[in-house]
Amino acid sequence: METLERILVQHPFFKELGGDYLKLVTGCASNVRFEQDHFIFREGAEANEFYLIREGRVALQLFSPERGHITIETLGEGDILGWSWLIPPYSWHFDAKALDLTRAIALDGKCLRKKCEEDHNLGYEVLKRFSHIMGQRLESTRLQLLDLYGVRS
Amino acid sequence: MASVLESHPEAATVCSSPMLPRPYIIKRVRKDTDDTFTLELGPKDGRSHFSFAPGQFNMIYVYGVGEVPISICGDPSSSTLVHTTRAVGAVTKAMAKLRRGDIVGIRGPFGTSWPVEQARTRDVVVVAGGIGLPPLRPALYHILAHREAYGKVVLLYGTRTPDDILFKEELENWRARFDLEVFVAVDRATSGWRGNVGVVTTLITKAGFDPTNTIGMIVGPEVMMRFTALELIKRGVKPEAIYLSMERNMKCGIGLCGHCQFGPLFTCKDGPVFRYDQIKDLLVKWEI
Amino acid sequence: MSTQRLYRIEPDALNELIQSLRKQNYTVIGPTQRGAAIELDEITSTSQLPIGKTDEQAPAHYRLKDRTDGAFFAFSAGPHSWKRYLFPPVLKLFTSRKNADGVHIAEEPPATEKEELYALLGVRSCDLSAIQIQDKVFTGGAYQDTAYQRVRSKVFIIAVNCVHAGGTCFCSSVRTGPRARVGFDLALSEVVDGEHYFIVEVGTDRGEKIVETLTRRPAEDAEVEKADHLIRAAAQLTGRSLEPDNTREILYQNTEHPRWDVVAARCLSCANCTMVCPTCFCATVEDTTDLAGSEAHRIRKWDSCFTLDFSYIHGGSVRPSSRARYRHWITHKLASWVDQFGTIGCVGCGRCITWCPVGIDITEEFRVIRETYLMNRGTGLNKE
Repeated sequence: METLERILVQHPFFKELGGDYLKLVTGCASNVRFEQDHFIFREGAEANEFYLIREGRVALQLFSPERGHITIETLGEGDILGWSWLIPPYSWHFDAKALDLTRAIALDGKCLRKKCEEDHNLGYEVLKRFSHIMGQRLESTRLQLLDLYGVRS
Repeated sequence: MASVLESHPEAATVCSSPMLPRPYIIKRVRKDTDDTFTLELGPKDGRSHFSFAPGQFNMIYVYGVGEVPISICGDPSSSTLVHTTRAVGAVTKAMAKLRRGDIVGIRGPFGTSWPVEQARTRDVVVVAGGIGLPPLRPALYHILAHREAYGKVVLLYGTRTPDDILFKEELENWRARFDLEVFVAVDRATSGWRGNVGVVTTLITKAGFDPTNTIGMIVGPEVMMRFTALELIKRGVKPEAIYLSMERNMKCGIGLCGHCQFGPLFTCKDGPVFRYDQIKDLLVKWEI
Repeated sequence: MSTQRLYRIEPDALNELIQSLRKQNYTVIGPTQRGAAIELDEITSTSQLPIGKTDEQAPAHYRLKDRTDGAFFAFSAGPHSWKRYLFPPVLKLFTSRKNADGVHIAEEPPATEKEELYALLGVRSCDLSAIQIQDKVFTGGAYQDTAYQRVRSKVFIIAVNCVHAGGTCFCSSVRTGPRARVGFDLALSEVVDGEHYFIVEVGTDRGEKIVETLTRRPAEDAEVEKADHLIRAAAQLTGRSLEPDNTREILYQNTEHPRWDVVAARCLSCANCTMVCPTCFCATVEDTTDLAGSEAHRIRKWDSCFTLDFSYIHGGSVRPSSRARYRHWITHKLASWVDQFGTIGCVGCGRCITWCPVGIDITEEFRVIRETYLMNRGTGLNKE
């Protein structure tokens, strides 16, 4: 638990949470490991956790009958994976597959959700951080959408 | 308001008129992707070495069709003149049909160059988007040829899809080096692609460099360059340490036709390489 | 210029001047009436000058009127400027030929000496400033326009000091006239006041040599003073004015001024202003081949930043709106030019105002923006 706390506090996401909240979050954390090509979560499944990737790479994918598995985005060391646990209906929107052997810290989202309902200050801190991540993902996705490198006819 | 960057008028053509091209023979043609191709050229009159600074461009004349500005993308120490071009308009499409032995006209080299001298002892982050990689290649060659003069060197390269990756073999060789970090990301994956997917700015957090002692060099579509510069600044790189290469319509390449004006700057002689802090206000103005 | 090289000549001597120049193989270019306007063309005698003509100029308005005094130069700038000769509208740059051993590129041989030897008669001070401005553009940078240099180095300039103010011009406010100060071989001031004579000021040794072939006598102080008085009066009476200071701050800090929408609603992007402007220098190149493909020409032509294609790069123009193109033109002319060449690019000739079909007035547009700048300056609203 102590080691986990030390790792979490170094990450910009958890850094300024403050003593009590940090302990609380650490209490919901555990080390996990995914083998290469293993699916971390599947589209439609219940979203109960999120991950801080410590090593390896994860591909966010969608499966379509004509095109097979399509990778939308890849995440790596230092990235936060998963925000669907925070927003109803709390189910995953994408598949997540470990492209390489991936080590991460898993955080119990269900538990954290409950605690955010009880303590709105904690809820605010958590939502602040996630909205920042979602904003960044949205900006990146929009740039991808622009197809900047494509040729205009 | 002339650029503080290195400019090299003395390296240019010594012809009677700077509007007169010199004939160059195509020694080799290589098709890189669907619409991108590379020409390797040598002078018809036998002068052996085309001297240029990384970041400069030539005006390439296709007989009877027209002239376009194309960045020089070969090794500055080599005797072969190399141009990688995307066939998008009348002239470049005609260029794409040329074969070994055909002749093109060359005027140049023109324009300002990458700050490879200024970057000595510092870390270097090179960010290329799409067809932005060719203009940065000469800088990388120069840096790698004087590797001990630089700190950490990182190349971040974003393209549309895996099929659009240029210079694959060269990139793989570079990636295998221990003194160079290479990250590639695509906007859109094809099935079977196991590399990074996402906009190239997301690679910046993955690269190891000291932002307080880094020179950044960026080439790509203007939107991509704007966002990449902001991302580097967010990371701590100073605006005066970031350089972009701009593109505008050019008819002469020598500051006389007026077409390439970007605000008060002539892209052909005050650029194409500009320091970010000197153009950041122009970049966000519409239709300027 | 000292009073030592000032002469008085009678109108007939002006014809002697033209003939002296022609004898030295100059092609004399001067103002001459063509239809309803005074244009520039080759003249072989003073009879071809628009004697007794004056012009009435206002936004989108140009009319020739008759005078009763037989003055030779009682009009202002017409639609032509001297750049037609120094920087021709169409110029072949080179010819390339394709044969069995490849492509050969040959520079267009310079015209024969005679074809490029011009004497420009009647260059107003504003236009003289314009020539000096184009000198900087074409020969002041790292790369020179060799064709311009060739013609320019041989050209003989006879300036004319304006003694009549034009309806749209504003040389005095931008400090380019009405008196020509430097850069001429000879300068003439016309006095029509009971008697009709010219004061000739010599500017170069070459000018002195030509003057020696004319019927002349040294000018008397009173005669010179009469001419000076007329020139001073003209300076006060110009139709418009433009304050040329701080143009960079004024225009760079007001790229989103609502005035741009107002002028955009009027501007037709017809490019007349750039064609008549004596300092506009934008050009394009065209490549053409003959049907057999054996010979290709590269031709340089005047171009205008008002065309949609001007700023075209892969898939679109950088300035698709006429709003942006007008803004670009006036910003370049009054502000960017300072950064690029050290002075503003406008000489106050008024042509763009007269020849704009909808009468857009550069001095008026600039005035509106300038007023905003002055207002904001007090309140700290201006950036930096």
